[in-house]
Amino acid sequence: MTKALVSAFALLAATPALAERGADGDLKVLYWQAAAVLNPYLSTGAKDIDAASMVIEPLALVANDGSLIPQLAAEIPTLENGGIAADFSHVIWKLKPDVLWSDGSPFTAEDVKFTADYCRAPDFGCAVLAEFDGIDSVEVLDPLSVKINFSYPKFVPLQAFVGGRTPILQKAQFEGCTGAAGASCSDQNFAPIGTGPFRVTNFVPGDVAQFEANPNYRDPQKPAFATVTIKGGGDAMSAARAVLETGEYDFAWNLQLDPETVKRMEAAGKGAVYASFGTMVERIELNQSNPSSSLPSEERSSAAHPHPFLTDPAVRRALSMAIDRPLMTELTYGPAGSPTCTITPVPAAYVSEDVTCLTQDIEGAKAVLEEAGWIAGADGIREKDGVRLEILFQTTVNAVRQDVQAMVKQWWSEIGVATELKTVEGSSFFGGDPGNPDSLARFMADAQMYTDAYYLPDPASFLDEFTCASIPSPESQWQGSNSLRFCDAAFDQQMAQMHQTSDPAERQRIAREMADIVAIEGHYMLPLIHRGMVSARANSLAGTVPNGWEGSLWNVADWSRAE
Amino acid sequence: MLNFTIRRLLLAVPTLLFISLVIFLLLEISPGDPLGDVPLTVPPEVKEKMREALGLGQAWYIRYALWLKQFFWIEPLHWFDQVFGTGYAEGAQRIISFQSRSPVFDVIAQRLPQTLIVVGMSYVIAVLIAIPIGIISAYRQYSWIDQLGTFVSMIGFSMPTFFTGVVMIIVFGVKLQWFPSVYDTTLQVRDWDSFLAQVRQMVMPVTVLALFNAAQISRFMRASMLDNLGQDYVRTARAKGLSERTVVLKHVLRNSLIPVVTVIALGLPTVFGGALITEQVFKINGIGQLLITAIYANDIPMVLTVTFLFAILIVVFTLIADILYGVLDPRIRYD
Amino acid sequence: MTETDRQRALDTAEQVDATAAAAAVVSGLPPDDPVHAGGETRSQWRDVWRQFRSHKGAMVALVLFVGVLLFVSVGPYLWTIDPTYVDIRARNSGFSAAHPLGTDQLGRDMLARLMAGGRVSIAVGLTAMIIAVTLGSFIGLVSGYFRRLDAPLMRLTELFLALPLLPLLLLMVTLFREPLSQNFGPAMGIFILIVSAIGATSWMQAARIVRGDVLGLKEREFILAAKSIGTPPRRMILRHILPNVLSPIMVAATLGIATAIITESALSFLGLGFPPDFPTWGRLLFDAVDQMVLYPSRVILPGVLISLTVLCVNYIGDGLRDAMDPRIRGR
Repeated sequence: MTKALVSAFALLAATPALAERGADGDLKVLYWQAAAVLNPYLSTGAKDIDAASMVIEPLALVANDGSLIPQLAAEIPTLENGGIAADFSHVIWKLKPDVLWSDGSPFTAEDVKFTADYCRAPDFGCAVLAEFDGIDSVEVLDPLSVKINFSYPKFVPLQAFVGGRTPILQKAQFEGCTGAAGASCSDQNFAPIGTGPFRVTNFVPGDVAQFEANPNYRDPQKPAFATVTIKGGGDAMSAARAVLETGEYDFAWNLQLDPETVKRMEAAGKGAVYASFGTMVERIELNQSNPSSSLPSEERSSAAHPHPFLTDPAVRRALSMAIDRPLMTELTYGPAGSPTCTITPVPAAYVSEDVTCLTQDIEGAKAVLEEAGWIAGADGIREKDGVRLEILFQTTVNAVRQDVQAMVKQWWSEIGVATELKTVEGSSFFGGDPGNPDSLARFMADAQMYTDAYYLPDPASFLDEFTCASIPSPESQWQGSNSLRFCDAAFDQQMAQMHQTSDPAERQRIAREMADIVAIEGHYMLPLIHRGMVSARANSLAGTVPNGWEGSLWNVADWSRAE
Repeated sequence: MLNFTIRRLLLAVPTLLFISLVIFLLLEISPGDPLGDVPLTVPPEVKEKMREALGLGQAWYIRYALWLKQFFWIEPLHWFDQVFGTGYAEGAQRIISFQSRSPVFDVIAQRLPQTLIVVGMSYVIAVLIAIPIGIISAYRQYSWIDQLGTFVSMIGFSMPTFFTGVVMIIVFGVKLQWFPSVYDTTLQVRDWDSFLAQVRQMVMPVTVLALFNAAQISRFMRASMLDNLGQDYVRTARAKGLSERTVVLKHVLRNSLIPVVTVIALGLPTVFGGALITEQVFKINGIGQLLITAIYANDIPMVLTVTFLFAILIVVFTLIADILYGVLDPRIRYD
Repeated sequence: MTETDRQRALDTAEQVDATAAAAAVVSGLPPDDPVHAGGETRSQWRDVWRQFRSHKGAMVALVLFVGVLLFVSVGPYLWTIDPTYVDIRARNSGFSAAHPLGTDQLGRDMLARLMAGGRVSIAVGLTAMIIAVTLGSFIGLVSGYFRRLDAPLMRLTELFLALPLLPLLLLMVTLFREPLSQNFGPAMGIFILIVSAIGATSWMQAARIVRGDVLGLKEREFILAAKSIGTPPRRMILRHILPNVLSPIMVAATLGIATAIITESALSFLGLGFPPDFPTWGRLLFDAVDQMVLYPSRVILPGVLISLTVLCVNYIGDGLRDAMDPRIRGR
């Protein structure tokens, strides 16, 4: 946060008081994964949403501290200003007056209503449909206010149209693209008309997107850049090189690189990296079901067969104690990560105070295992009743993750646990194909490491992933978010209570307790590192502000050329 | 020979249909999910709806039949419309990519220029370098030029392009700053300056690829020349009093070209297929990069179409090679 | 250089054995088997060896290659640090007595990793190359010689050339990883999987090249002559055709080793190869590319070893080809 403030001040200092639109020329941005489409409702990843955020805007954005910044909304609806109904049955958004689309037509509540209907249309396959969950209907009250009715009291009412994943589309442009027709409207999907600081001039899917300043943007002095090019392709290392070493580009996105190399590149003096901390926590999940290959294949990793030793709390605790999280973070993520014990790392109100896991305790871990009856055999591997502590540990192919794997294997071997490492190609690991034995939901291993993110400060929908009902099973075609097969009545009860609670402080308390049940107390999941999204920017670029909740280009309207 | 060509072309149709079916089935069964990149917080029901919107709800044979129809009927029709301004393909669904939701052929057309220019140029240079080097190496076997050729080509072949490419970027891009490290696909050659810029950005990828390809071709050229230089007909030709030049460049070279023709015929389709790693390293975003991202994203229509076009080229070029065998060595006959 | 000298001083008998083994491996020919081979063959092989020894480049290459083989096979018994042992305090250390070639970013000993990695890379490279070249030569010979089989085999070749490699490999691994590692143990299972995956996807070039040569050869006079005296096809192929297409096969084999070593690293990049902490030359090279400027030795060492191996095999192949060509042998 302080960092954000510092760079915000730096920006104020660097920008001339009276900037002129388009005065700073061309901005060159490098995304090593290229955008495939500029319509977030059809997108499958952050690369598309970021590029689209140059053009189309939501009603409000989430700021780095978790508060909301009005964007197309005149103000953020609250209980006090009457925007949010006292019974949480609806929310009324007031829109900014005199906002124009880049084609010169006025932006109205009709566009908001249209966008909601567009995403909720059957046969469309909207990628962010979950954000519109619970919406019964959207009404236009007058051209500048829109009312969203919920079918049940929704205690997190500001969800749809908050954040860059659900921006407003222009009704006039997308009218013919609803439902099944939506998929093939490539002209619209490649060049949406927006209210944002830029408009699309050229888009080549998977390669490059070019923009120019929107002449109708509501702030006449912005954006400072006349044109923007977002080039895609390559890999993180070469992207960093193009900004930090050769200076060919001004900005590069998502650079998960080893800290030493980055530091050397920064020494060239052309640019610097900074990290935005969102909700990503690199974590190890310990399988509560038995993945043994001696079981019939359809019963492997099904909840019917509990894991032979990871169901023992002592083993899970020892595995957690053996890991030196600070050292691991320093070696692999450097300034782009910080060691953590929780799975809900931001905002601060949701973070549990218990940080004992940050201290590695090999001897303690050994003692915990001894006490629980796990005794080292002849080869140093602990066993009890003929069960040996042998772990198959899988993750995706990624140089940094492989280093983490090697370190964890070493530490676990020091407490008498043997580890076999396995890597799976990313799209196979994250894919939902039920026939694929390597997917994260199928979980045919004892431990697995990955990260996922959620996009609203309230973690209810994230914690919902770990209820008993979400356990993947043969009946559900192995679909389900609770891949670690954790099932605890107390947790489910808390979840139900959270869904009934409207008081923010109370929700925060419940969320903290739930996160603790899974991680800090239960050690079902071993949180390792709170990961930031690392970007590189040239020294000649001013105005970049880290924001863990939004895409890297979230405030591109404020970017300018430093003197 | 004409008979043979016609027979082979007719046979190519069922072969290609079979190849397309095998590729389709391969993509169907191999693990991976077009929605693998969707955030994990997206609930399964939403993913199911997205899957249906992609047309994945239908049985595989229906989707395969649809693709066949689109590839062999709608796409040619659309092309016809474009050329003659007619409207036969109006409203018919073209092959749509899962990633960008745009027609696959449009994307391929956008990618083809840079691939053909960079990979094609490197292949031409590779052939132009490799054949003389192969000939000289064989003719002066174990001379210093042969030893140097062997050394360079073996290093060139055993060093993967992900390594040589990065070395070039560090030396010529970062240290010397002679060439850009990022290939700009939006650059249009309009005048002398933009032409120079285009040349500058092509130098490194073309060099890396040409080195790799030339290594391979020159080795085959050399081995084949060596085989033929020891043959009796060479001695006869020399005894007849033909000049050394005629003997080597006319008789020996022609007889040695068969394996080289094979290698080049196998290499030319890859010019279209692009160079996966080199395109990645220099961010050229041609067909190779298109294919690899489509494979990672399990964009089945895209992968199927690109590999199928590739298969057509392979079938055509093997046919051309077979015909050339007959031209180079009239004893070879297929009838 | 001292290494070379020492190797040169090795007793000749051992060298002969090594050569015989290497020759068998490299050429894919039947080994010199005294039980079955007559006296005549025996002396032919001795001729070949004599000729081979006079080829200076080949001899140097042979000695170096044996050196590399010893480095990866005997080396780990002399230098006993576990290549996967993580010693974070000693990370990124330079050349020292404790770590003669330094350590990597997690403090793993580079010398031990190069030895262990070379063992896998050479085994994978040679085996996959032999599979690919044998399969390719067989298909090429059969399809070039028997007109009836030509069309189906060449259409099969085209099919394999057209298949997208990545999904194919992913599928192979998903289907066969578990059954193979259950039957042969995890390490051996993955080894079999990798060499067959590489072999099965890289034989097509050899097949096309051999077939092209055979098509021309089988119309030559000496083949017609052999045919007219009623030589059965099997002997025709082995005796008269195969020796004449040996040199392109040899080139394909040399290039095949390099391809296999690099492909192996690409496979592990896809999560399809050996466990991630298990080193191979290809992967050591790949992993070190990002840190090339900071730690150049980490790319140079595996890079040099790969190139050295490929160069050695190339020169040995050259020497063997010359030695087995009766026209050259007379010179």
